[in-house]
Amino acid sequence: MPPDSSSAAVAAPDISTSPPSLITLFVAFAKMSLAGFGGVLVWARRGIVDQHKWMTADEFNETFALCHFLPGPNIVNLTFVFGSRLRGLPGAVAAFTGLLGPPALIMVVMGALYSRYGDIDALRRILSGVACAAIGLMLAVVFRMMTPLLKRRDVTALLVMAVVFIAIGITRLPLPLVLIVAIPISIAITYWMRRQAA
Amino acid sequence: MNSDSNPVLTLAWTFGVMSLFAVGGANSAIPEMHRVAVDVNHWLSDKQFADVYAIAQLSPGPNVLIVTLIGYSVAGLVGALVATVAMCVPTAVLALIVSRFLTRASQARWPGIIQAALVPLSIGLMGASGFILARTSDRTVVAVLVTSGAAVLASVTKLNPLWMLVAGGCLGFAGLIG
Repeated sequence: MPPDSSSAAVAAPDISTSPPSLITLFVAFAKMSLAGFGGVLVWARRGIVDQHKWMTADEFNETFALCHFLPGPNIVNLTFVFGSRLRGLPGAVAAFTGLLGPPALIMVVMGALYSRYGDIDALRRILSGVACAAIGLMLAVVFRMMTPLLKRRDVTALLVMAVVFIAIGITRLPLPLVLIVAIPISIAITYWMRRQAA
Repeated sequence: MNSDSNPVLTLAWTFGVMSLFAVGGANSAIPEMHRVAVDVNHWLSDKQFADVYAIAQLSPGPNVLIVTLIGYSVAGLVGALVATVAMCVPTAVLALIVSRFLTRASQARWPGIIQAALVPLSIGLMGASGFILARTSDRTVVAVLVTSGAAVLASVTKLNPLWMLVAGGCLGFAGLIG
């Protein structure tokens, strides 16, 4: 347990004068990651904003928005960008390996157990049940993300959403192909709609 | 596809490219992972893919680590490492470059437009993820009820999602999922 974790919470969040050590970064992100069942974002916000006060809530939102509009795993991008803000490239690597290293090790152990015991009937039954619930959780996220579009009656956005759903989910077209067509169209529509609204 | 060549290279290439198309995060890339791992390369069966997804959800850490499991089942430890690095490093470096560029260019309205334009795409992709996984897993009435129950509970309550996974596992163990 790093001794500075409690004092950092009390002191002003002036990270420019005393950035956390690389080990502190690694440990902090490993903790957030290992606490995060079904998503790390909540814990990352708690750790970065509330506990360590390395960022204000607004800074966190801005950084997350940036990482959300870029491709790839958002929380991984956020961690890398955040680590580099505090301690340059070594900080980015420390936070990144903290976030991914320990849970990836757990994943490898799970993978090894699965390849050895995956045929056991009881385990297969348990995993089927877990999968059903996990799919429900994903549908809940979809629903929550759709709510603002439904409230705004944003018909064009809902239409774009439906087309992507059909192209990927039902006709099983390759993702790059679908996105190369859909991204420019969606950006053009959004740009045009904003100009109309302005 | 180059599935005849070294599987580790195929992993690196596949996930490296996929990460650059994963708008809206790892869960949006599930259909593409399924297509590549099950349909194209035959690394996993439909059922194994659903199992791998369940294991990834049960384990701590970012959701993207499902690629670690896919990589492990293809090529052991090396596969796990290569798949994870290929999926995570390129976009993280891209994010770093873009964030430095954007802090210099202060007056930026394009990020807002692009972000708004990507929202419906990532919802559509995640909906497709749920649909593809449900087609494999929800084969009985109880299974459909578990999925819809978890969806409703997670939408309207703040219950820790882990409990729903545990409940699903218990029902499965009891042999009710089929």
